[in-house]
Parts: sequence; structure tokens; C-alpha cells
Amino acid sequence: MNVAVLVKWVPEPQGTPTLGTDHLLVREGADGALDPGDEYGLERALQLVERDGGEVTIVSMGPEIAVAAVQRGLAMGAARAVLITDPALRGSDTLVTARVLAAAIRRLGPIDLVVAAVESTDGYTGTLPITLAELLELPSVTFATSFDVIDGAELQAERQTASGSEALACPLPALVTSTTGVAAPRYPSLKGVMAAKSKPVDRPSLTELGLVADEIRSTQSVTGVGTAPEKAGGRVIEAGPDAAAEIADLLEEARVI
Amino acid sequence: MWIWADLTSDGLASSALELLTKARELGGEIGAVAFGPRATDAVAALGEHGAIRVYASDDDRLEEPTSRVAAHTLVALIARDSPDVVLFPSSYRARDVAGRVQALTGSTVMANAVDLPTIDRARAEILGGTTVVDVDLAGPRPHLVLMRPRSFEPAAVGGTAEVVIVDVVEPAGFVSASVLSRTDPGATGPSLDDAKVVVAGGRGLGGPEGFRLLEELAGAIGDTAIGASRAAVDAGWVPYALQIGQTGATVKPEVYLAAGISGALQHAVGMKGSRRIVAITKDPEAPILKMADLGVVGDLFQVLPALTEEVRRRTGR
Ligand SMILES: Cc1cc2nc3c(=O)[nH]c(=O)nc-3n(C[C@H](O)[C@H](O)[C@H](O)COP(=O)(O)OP(=O)(O)OC[C@H]3O[C@@H](n4cnc5c(N)ncnc54)[C@H](O)[C@@H]3O)c2cc1C
Repeated sequence: MNVAVLVKWVPEPQGTPTLGTDHLLVREGADGALDPGDEYGLERALQLVERDGGEVTIVSMGPEIAVAAVQRGLAMGAARAVLITDPALRGSDTLVTARVLAAAIRRLGPIDLVVAAVESTDGYTGTLPITLAELLELPSVTFATSFDVIDGAELQAERQTASGSEALACPLPALVTSTTGVAAPRYPSLKGVMAAKSKPVDRPSLTELGLVADEIRSTQSVTGVGTAPEKAGGRVIEAGPDAAAEIADLLEEARVI
Repeated sequence: MWIWADLTSDGLASSALELLTKARELGGEIGAVAFGPRATDAVAALGEHGAIRVYASDDDRLEEPTSRVAAHTLVALIARDSPDVVLFPSSYRARDVAGRVQALTGSTVMANAVDLPTIDRARAEILGGTTVVDVDLAGPRPHLVLMRPRSFEPAAVGGTAEVVIVDVVEPAGFVSASVLSRTDPGATGPSLDDAKVVVAGGRGLGGPEGFRLLEELAGAIGDTAIGASRAAVDAGWVPYALQIGQTGATVKPEVYLAAGISGALQHAVGMKGSRRIVAITKDPEAPILKMADLGVVGDLFQVLPALTEEVRRRTGR
């Protein structure tokens, strides 16, 4: 079974991201890492190929420093990676990104399963994987809380819905987006980190991907940036005998009791 | 101007009425797309809130979980009637449909929008709601704009909508996912959308039993819904329907009380619009304290029962 896992390099997930004068997220020179949201699906994909055979290929688009995120995925156990880096892709919208990733996945040959996180930690659009599924004409299961492959032929998944959950079966090839529930990510071993250095990383150009200028033109441009109104901080007290009364006073002021 | 009306097992989602408020402000003819169970039942409410036309269908095929048929059907309607913009809510279903439509039409998708000042410019919150950006939208129409929940207040204006029969478009040779089973615990008590008070719990509650403390408090206050952080939901303590934040519900109650929640950016986007915020946390450095009107630093297992007692004493409940 061949699984493609989409990963993204994001600026330091614990840090405070900033916008540059061009209104784009500052990526160059920023500390960054593999998007923590991507590790869950990657872990699950690795578990499946370790059980059933096959290979996990990491697919990523990003700036040059995204190599770090790709390396971490390889250290966790992926067999190889594809990374697309091109200055023309800076500030790409979701459609352009989906086209680039679709072209990269088509080049991999037959893929049984595409795995992505529900959304990225930095951009959190939450539509990119499904746009990719349509470009690749794949059925999809989004927001999976668990997933499995049965006999190498069928994806079975539990997913969250607005008011409950559902269990789904889907013929392969298919695309699944995973929440943090699907698996607990492993920590790369030292051996894994060493092995990652010699694993193949394919770096195709946009021409090699067969993409023309029209297909990589972004449909969005940021024209203004402002800080969201911040609330003036309130009062902080220690939990003591009066804490309950103080909260109850606030509830009375708000006329909810 | 079109809006995507989400239909759930409880009927028309309130997001549809919020989107109609915005659509009316922008002017022009307003169409609503209602694909799903009992779609025709939703026509009256959509008309009352300003839709003049409803593309309604309760055909089962439009409900398939991959949303592919719904997207192809919507694209056929778009090709015929050429809307400039389709407003979507931020629900899972809407994201799935909008994402697939984008692949077919080459339209722009603007996610996490909080406003649409003109039909070619959206305002969105990024970086966990700390930054607001104005974004010019270009590319083939219609622009597909996903609005954050509760960005607009629903308001009825009176009116009736014409119903347009929808021809379902099924792409050939395509097998979708099929549903093996469904669980829908259904809502109990006031909903997160409507309750005057939301009491929410996080990892600090330590397990499902911790949520009993919140239920007791909610019962004492009255008109109170229970919410949760993602950490509590991912741990399986409470169902996903209770999740508040970027990938969950957005709430704006009179009072939001967070117990054992640190206040991560992704949680904050779902609750920072609350009228008053109370936080109980052990950690004096927790970001939630910066958002709170009243922050209590200490053990929630002491504060919550004491508070429930105090509220009972004052209300006589
Ligand atoms: C793409 C993405 C989307 C996300 N979407 C969401 C979302 O929609 N909603 C969401 O909530 N999160 C979301 N998150 C997760 C978010 O980043 C945080 O991890 C999460 O909100 C943390 O939950 P928490 O505050 O309950 O847990 P923690 O951050 O672990 O905080 C627990 C708090 O409880 C306190 N505590 C512990 N014990 C006690 C006690 N006895 N008494 C008092 N206080 C105590 C601790 O001091 C701490 O402040 C998302 C993350 C990503 C990457």
C-alpha cells in the first residue's frame, strides 16, 4: 500500500507569528517546525504500512527551510519525500497550493491513500485537502477521529459530525483528513534521525510538475492589516474563601442569576 | 449573492439566517442553497430572512459524505445563474462543499471571514484571531466565502421565497464513501448558541467526572450550556459537539466561565466575543487570565463546588 502524507512547515507553533511589510507571514529566518497537527495522520499512516507493507511518501510545499519539517517526517519513518519550493509560490492561496500538491501526487504513480490534517496550525483554512481530493477525483473522509485500511482495498473511518459521529467505508484510492485523535505520534529515534539523512527527497520544479503561470496565480491579495481589538485585562484574584462570592457577584451584575 | 444553508438533523442551522443578514446588506437578489434532509421545510424561514429564491433538494445523494455530488450539483446551478459570491458557514459540511467547488470553478476560497465589506473584499481573522486582514478577492466568480459563526445577527424581514427544483448532478464512475452507522446523541438542555451562560471545561477537569461539577453549576445558574476545550474533547471526556474554538463552536454568551482551560489562541477565537469572561486556573501565567474580566487562580475542585453552593444560596434553587 502506498500512502502520501501531506505535511507543512509552519513558523514556531508555540511562538508568536508575525506578518511582514508585504502582509505575508514571516517565514524566512523564523523558527519553525513540522506542523504538530500533521504528526497524527503521519503516525497513523506509518502504523498502517508497518502492518500491511508499502511506503509512506511525504509531500510538502514550502520555503527552503521546510526541509526541516520534511526531515522530521522522514525521521519518524517515511520512506521518501517530495518538496516543492519556488519563489513564485510565495503567498499562494489554497487553490494554487492544491494544484501544486495534486501535480506532485500524480507524479508519484499509483497512490492508495492520501492523508492530511484537518487544517494547518498557521493558516487553518480547512478546505485545502478537499480541493485536492476533487482535483485528484478522489472520494474523501474529512475530520476522521480514527481510520484503518481493510484488506488494502477499503478505508474505514470514524468521523465527527456537528452533533455526533459516523462510521464510514470508502473504496481506495481515497483521501482522509485526520484530527489529533487518530494516533499518538512517535518521537523520532536517533537511528531514525540518522537514517533520514540518506532518504531520497525529490525537489521537482514547477515546469517538471507541468504547471503553467496561469495555474499558479493567486486569487487573493492582502490589502490591509490591523490588530484585533484586545480586551482590557480584568481582575485576577487568588482562590480563597471569597472567590465564589466574587464570581456570584459578577453573575448577578450580568443578570444571569 | 447566494448563501449556503446548512441543514442538520435539527433542521435549518442558524448560520443560514446570519448569512442572510450579511447578504441583504450587500444588496442584489439573494438565493439560498438548501441541500439536505427536509430542505423544503426550511424555505419559509429562508424567505422570511430575505432569500427570494431557494434551491432546495432533499435528495439523499446530495448528502453523501464526500460532498462530491453536492459540489457538482451546486456548480451546475452556478453555471446557470452566475452568482457573484456564495457565502458559506464554517461547518465541516460547508468546508467540504466549498473546497470541491473551488477545484471545479477555480474560484477563490476565503476562510475564517468575519465580514465582507464589498463583494470583492473580505475581512478575516488570522493568527488565532489576533490579527485582522482585509483581503481583495479575484479570479473566476463566484467568490466562495466561509464566515466565522456568529459574525452577524439573524433578523427576519418578512417575505416569501420561490422554490427552484434542483437537478442532481452525479459525476460518472465515482464511488463515494458510504455511511455504516451514525450516532447522534441529540441536544440536551440549552444550546451553546442560545444559552445566556456557557460554562466550559478543559484538561484541568481531569476526566469526565470533572464535567459533573460543571453540570451542577449549570443547573444552579439556569439557562446555561456546557462547553469544552479541544483537549477535553480529544481525550474523549465529552462529545465533539461541545468543543469551542477554531475547529468548534463560536459562542458569545453574557457570561463565559472557563474552568481548567489555559486559553490557547485556538480556543480564544471561539469565546473571546463573550460579554463577560470568568476563568479558573491553577496557572497564574495562563493566557486565559489576560482575557478574563475576573480570573481566579487556584484549584477548580474547590472553587466550582463553592460557587455552585453560593449560586444556590442566592437563587434559592
Ligand atoms: C489546528 C488546531 C486547531 C485547534 N482547535 C481548537 C479548538 O477549536 N478549541 C480548543 O479548545 N483548542 C483547539 N486547539 C488546541 C489548543 O491549541 C489547545 O491545545 C487546547 O485548547 C488546550 O486545551 P486546555 O486549555 O483544556 O488544556 P491545557 O492547555 O492543558 O490547559 C489546562 C489548564 O488547566 C489548568 N488546571 C489543571 N488542573 C487544574 C485544577 N485542579 N484547577 C484549576 N486549573 C487547573 C492548568 O493550569 C491549565 O491552565 C487546536 C489546535 C490546533 C493545532
